[in-house]
Amino acid sequence: MDVLTVEKLNVSFRTDEGLKHAVRDVSFTLKNEKLAIVGESGSGKSTVGKAILKLNPSSSIVTADKLQFKDCNILTCNDRQIRSIRGQHISMIMQDPKFSLNPVMTVGDQISEALRVHQKITRHEAKKAAIKMLHEVSISDPEYVYGQYPHEISGGMGQRVMIAMMVIPEPDIIIADEPTSALDVSVQQDVLNILNELVERKNISLIFVSHDLNLVKKFCDRVLVMYGGKVVESIKANALSNATHPYTRGLMESLPSLKHRRDVLPVLSRDQQWLA
Amino acid sequence: MRNVETIKNPDYGMGLRVNVEPTRKALFVKSFKKLCKNPLSASGVVIVTLLLILAIAAPLIATHDPLQQDLARTLSAPSIAHWFGTDEYGRDIFSRIVYGSRVTLYIIFLVTIIVGPIGLLIGTMSGYFGGWIDSAFMRVTDIFISFPSLVLALAFVAALGPGLEHAVIAIALTAWPPVARLARAETLTLRNSDYVVAAQLQGASSFRILFHYISLMCLPSLIVRLTMNMATVILTAAALGFLGLGAQPPLPEWGSMISTGRSYMLESWWLVAFPGAAIMLVSLAFNLLGDGLRDLLDPRTE
Amino acid sequence: MIRSRWLGAAKKLGVIFITLFGLLTMTFVIGRLMPIDPVLAVVGPDADSSTYEQVFLQMGLDRPIWVQYFYYLQDMLSGDFGYAILTGSPVVNDIIRVLPATIELASVAIIFGVGLGVPLGVYAATHRGRLGDHLTRIITLFGYSTPVFWVGMVGLIIFYAWLNWAGAAGRIGFAYDGMFVSYTGFYLIDTLLSGNIDAFISALRHIALPALILGLNSVSFLGRMTRSFMLEQLSQEYVKTARVKGLSERSVIWKHAFKNILVQLLTIVALAYGGLLEGAVLIETVFAWPGFGQYLTDSLLMGDMNAVMASVLFIGLVFVFLNLLSDVLYKLFDPRTK
Repeated sequence: MDVLTVEKLNVSFRTDEGLKHAVRDVSFTLKNEKLAIVGESGSGKSTVGKAILKLNPSSSIVTADKLQFKDCNILTCNDRQIRSIRGQHISMIMQDPKFSLNPVMTVGDQISEALRVHQKITRHEAKKAAIKMLHEVSISDPEYVYGQYPHEISGGMGQRVMIAMMVIPEPDIIIADEPTSALDVSVQQDVLNILNELVERKNISLIFVSHDLNLVKKFCDRVLVMYGGKVVESIKANALSNATHPYTRGLMESLPSLKHRRDVLPVLSRDQQWLA
Repeated sequence: MRNVETIKNPDYGMGLRVNVEPTRKALFVKSFKKLCKNPLSASGVVIVTLLLILAIAAPLIATHDPLQQDLARTLSAPSIAHWFGTDEYGRDIFSRIVYGSRVTLYIIFLVTIIVGPIGLLIGTMSGYFGGWIDSAFMRVTDIFISFPSLVLALAFVAALGPGLEHAVIAIALTAWPPVARLARAETLTLRNSDYVVAAQLQGASSFRILFHYISLMCLPSLIVRLTMNMATVILTAAALGFLGLGAQPPLPEWGSMISTGRSYMLESWWLVAFPGAAIMLVSLAFNLLGDGLRDLLDPRTE
Repeated sequence: MIRSRWLGAAKKLGVIFITLFGLLTMTFVIGRLMPIDPVLAVVGPDADSSTYEQVFLQMGLDRPIWVQYFYYLQDMLSGDFGYAILTGSPVVNDIIRVLPATIELASVAIIFGVGLGVPLGVYAATHRGRLGDHLTRIITLFGYSTPVFWVGMVGLIIFYAWLNWAGAAGRIGFAYDGMFVSYTGFYLIDTLLSGNIDAFISALRHIALPALILGLNSVSFLGRMTRSFMLEQLSQEYVKTARVKGLSERSVIWKHAFKNILVQLLTIVALAYGGLLEGAVLIETVFAWPGFGQYLTDSLLMGDMNAVMASVLFIGLVFVFLNLLSDVLYKLFDPRTK
């Protein structure tokens, strides 16, 4: 079943130097799967994620033939309708917990808030649920962490808190926007495993925005490769090594490997024609 | 912060962006155009220009001699003969306001040429040499800043005696610390820049570096700061005039005009209303101008 | 950690000490610069030369300047500011007497400043670039640009002379003077505590106009500061997180972004309160408000050196104190500094 359908999504920004096209004619459907969007910085991959939640700044213009979540048309949603979708049905994990957690609210308050926005439950019940959730993201002393402020916990812990916050309302889709790239390499894998395990257990569809092909190859079912705001290739993750598009091939070829010795890594070639 | 930046402003240019180094003059023209595009700062430019014209062409614009008394027509209400009415000696208020623009510009000019160099010197030296010079200068600056500027100016004028020049000195004494702080901050960022280091390696003396390299680079932001300061200078000067400590009669200074008009204000409102409106308009213009300049230089605070 | 904190506190104290020392030095220098003969100010113009000589020696003016400076420091540090010529009582007593009037005025003004300035700033920040933002900008710039003493007079002309809404000069109508017990020195509170409602209304009518006008400047200051603080917060990632959760825009603004600027705002309010003292010097003159500002200007015009220097020093002290207070508030309320 298709959870999310995107057809010909276009996003552009008004700037002093005129309109800047960030996303051009992006189309895809999301089933109950883990879909990766990869691309270099500036390719528009994060903008796609934000457009789904209508989070783009007011200086942007979003158009699409179709932007459908289940039986709800996101494009025509008013503020209240989109708010009832955010969090409850589609939520988003941000890049860096250092910036994405409110510095003057305790971690626990922020998690239980995510629940209390959409459900009529008491403060006490929300706290219990939040502590349970903290436990699920493998935080060893949930009661203690609940009362801590974001600056008092580590980056890896912060990202687990972020995951807890976004998973607790049990949404249908989670958009993870480079959830591990700001983290220390040593904890990246832990955080990914926790995310993976939760998503699979709770039957959540995942859009995983990343620039890391290696990661995506192991972790996701399907990959959209973006370049210059366009999707240049859509491919099964396990078929990545047989990719046909020269850009994808270029990306694959510039991956270093621990197992084999390689020559100097090739420089990515780019072609304006891909954008035509 | 960097992460936030990349998320907010990804580069979609893909090499399409053409970078042409603009010349200094073209940059100035472009900035000026941008300044005038904003209606608020444009109106600031217009009012300041009008003020300059008013001061230069005062004898042509004024309808009467600002000092000419006419005891037969004291305290007459605004009319065709006297647009803004007359004061307690029958002097034409419109003409006095026109000539008062000269006094105002005189004060602004003097304060600025005193404060600018002093602030620049203390700030750049403080920032460049660091160490005990920096500590000493900055402590002194702190002490001056810890007084509210009007009260400090009051105290100085009290010590020096009332008068326009004394008021200028007192205002200048209170206005330099923020300028010095700014110059110091700028110098700190410039001190280790490559071109300064290059000059040092070529054997340039400290004073040469200070005056030929660092001071010049500090100038643009300093000018913005001084422009924004001018509104405060006008208000402080007017306040001193109002308390009878600034310009002395019969000089047509706006603040002292309000001060003398105060005794008659309940019956003859025009004695107070017009000079005050002039002060407000001019200080508003400088604020608008300063605001626009700041936005131009630092778009983040827009 | 703890050691560095103590070191920081010690450093802070050192700075305060040096600042106080500087304040004293500055008032001393200003006092010596004064063209007014301090002896004449005490004995009056009619005194004969032997009295003059006696007072001259009594004041220690024959000694070298650094000895005079030393004695000055000693006097000041022991709280001896001398006698005011105007009232004939110790300056300290005078300042304590006039202070409540100014504090009352400034407090009502700051309530107005915060109550209007902060919402205005939040509104402007959340409507950035739109009509409301531009209007706010114009309003706050006007607030910055108008001479407060002039607005005071225009206010008196309109609301007292023409409309008769406001009370005349002074703190309260003549009829009510002394009709209530002075518990605190604040008329608004004293009249209520005495149960004299009419007197309370009279006091309110007298304070409303000067306080509102005095507060205009803080409305502008706080409005602009709030706006820029809020803009900075609204561009942060955690605001996006709050939106992702599905929070209403109002919760995003007040529960998340605004909560983050509270501490900054608190420190700014402390500074704005200091700025009000400055405005009070002018407003009290216009409204004949018998407070600290009027005391200072009266002493200035009389050439009463002791009173002027003590007042200036006092204002300096208040500023140092408010700066310190804002630092302490910051440390106390911001979880990030714990």
